Amino acid sequence: MQCEQVADRLPQIVDGAERAAPAVLDHVDSCLRCQAELVQYRKLLKALRTLRTDILEPAPGTLTAILASLEAVGERGAMRSLLTGHRAAYLGGIAAATAAAGAAGAIVLANRGRRKMRLAG
Amino acid sequence: MALDTAELVTAAKAGDKAAFTKLVGATTAEMYTLAYRLTGNAEDAQDVVQEAYVRAYKGLKKFRGDAEFTSWMYRITANCANTHLVRSARHRHDAIDESEELADERPGPEARLTSADERSELNLALQSLSPEMRAVVVLRDVYDLPHEAIAAELGISEGAAKVRLHRARRKLRERLFPLRGEEHGDEEAARAV
Repeated sequence: MQCEQVADRLPQIVDGAERAAPAVLDHVDSCLRCQAELVQYRKLLKALRTLRTDILEPAPGTLTAILASLEAVGERGAMRSLLTGHRAAYLGGIAAATAAAGAAGAIVLANRGRRKMRLAG
Repeated sequence: MALDTAELVTAAKAGDKAAFTKLVGATTAEMYTLAYRLTGNAEDAQDVVQEAYVRAYKGLKKFRGDAEFTSWMYRITANCANTHLVRSARHRHDAIDESEELADERPGPEARLTSADERSELNLALQSLSPEMRAVVVLRDVYDLPHEAIAAELGISEGAAKVRLHRARRKLRERLFPLRGEEHGDEEAARAV
């Protein structure tokens, strides 16, 4: 195996997430240049990991802006549920009115029927 | 701290707004830092982190709690940053070329990663990568997210995520930890001979 082929595999195998082919490992074992390159990749990974604890100070007003956005989302949600509630009340009202009108109609019809029977009798 | 966070998450999921506000306060700096690393500027980072918390708030009920709240937030922030970058690129009509070479602003080898400015060197090198490569290497090598999560949040396949990571590591290694013969001075010397 040539150094160029091995060098191409080093970024993938440096963190151990992927297993290196035996031919790659054999080459690295016997090649100082590839060993040196692997060491440099390990240094890079180590350096990158240190950034995790390197926390930046957010720009002024970031937290306030986030909380304002959340407030707006909360208000929109409340408004939506209010509107949904109004719609339900409106539909409920129509249903109740329809039921009441139906009942009234039935009573009127029943009364008429009773009056006709009385006249006939 | 972990227990506190878990308690706050439980309370927030039950509708306690104050608990969610506390979670925001406790994690803003970390999410802002990630957003800054992914977008490369403070203004975009602020927009991204704002959007990320709104999404988290809306989707809090879906958070199962099998991962850390911060890990969940990292994924949301990464997704928002990706959306933001795609939108900005489209807006600028600025197609991003993955094969784009690094802008070579390297200092001399003697100054490289030997002094206290190692981190700023590292940050500069990260910023010189294309946004696609930077996102993958930051999420994998700085924040330790699995390939699967990275691919999902960036809307790419796992294979594509691995290829980008591979290229990003190679570019960073060549810039920050060059081998003999890869250094600027040596290349020039080699050419002069």
